[in-house]
Amino acid sequence: MKIPILRLGEILLTSIQVDLTDAEVMEFQSSVLHTISEVEARGLALDITAMEVVDSFMARTINDTASMARLLGAEVVVCGMHPSVALTLVEMGRGLIGVDATFNLDEGLSRLRKRIAQRGDSMLGEDDRHERSS
Amino acid sequence: MPIFAHVPIMQEFHIAEARRAALLMALDLGLKRTEAYYVATAVSELATNLFLHAGGGDIQLSVVARSNRLGIEVIAQDEGPGIADVALALSDGFTTSNGLGCGLPGAQRLMDEMEIDSEVGRGTRILARKWGPVLPQDREPTSSYQVVEN
Repeated sequence: MKIPILRLGEILLTSIQVDLTDAEVMEFQSSVLHTISEVEARGLALDITAMEVVDSFMARTINDTASMARLLGAEVVVCGMHPSVALTLVEMGRGLIGVDATFNLDEGLSRLRKRIAQRGDSMLGEDDRHERSS
Repeated sequence: MPIFAHVPIMQEFHIAEARRAALLMALDLGLKRTEAYYVATAVSELATNLFLHAGGGDIQLSVVARSNRLGIEVIAQDEGPGIADVALALSDGFTTSNGLGCGLPGAQRLMDEMEIDSEVGRGTRILARKWGPVLPQDREPTSSYQVVEN
């Protein structure tokens, strides 16, 4: 099962909709990271609305993927965590997910755009200026 | 309503199967959604342990009864290397596989009861239970469920 990675301007959007095996999770992680570096994405939105069970392995992978993406230079948000998932993760131990989270994808995207604008290295900004001057 | 499920954990995708079976059984039993997800997550942790550390094993799920409550019982059994120090394995942050070290202690917190029986070189048997809602007085648990003494 390959998880699609969609490009929305300078943001990459992925949504985990199915039960993944640990091997598929690792494959997903590596393809997300490669795509970020390939297109020099400024942001990554990880939508987990459809995930009802996140075990410690999955939580660690989400965490790791977020830190790796940040190391590459992308901002990361996790969107749409199910309340049961939040309860379970905290009940299991520490708050496993140390990444920025938003209620839904919509807010996730606007948070990413805001942060990219703050950084001031938006690719779109440059393109826009280019178009206006030409 | 399924009252027993046996999921052999030999391949990785069996972990997801066990997780799904546990979620279904817990929901059917009348556990609250969040508690059903607790059970599913705990089963996921135990099944992952079987796969990662014991080279496979078995997950058995069954509906059990105690006085006027029904519950779900999870047994994770393997013939793997065993756990040398159970207390250490149950402590937060202890890991032998670069994990978060919260699989076993996490599962223990998610379930109501958990017992670990392990012998080095022989294998491990983990029994965990989560209790569902109290049945109304006139609805005694039927005899088809295994009755668990206190």
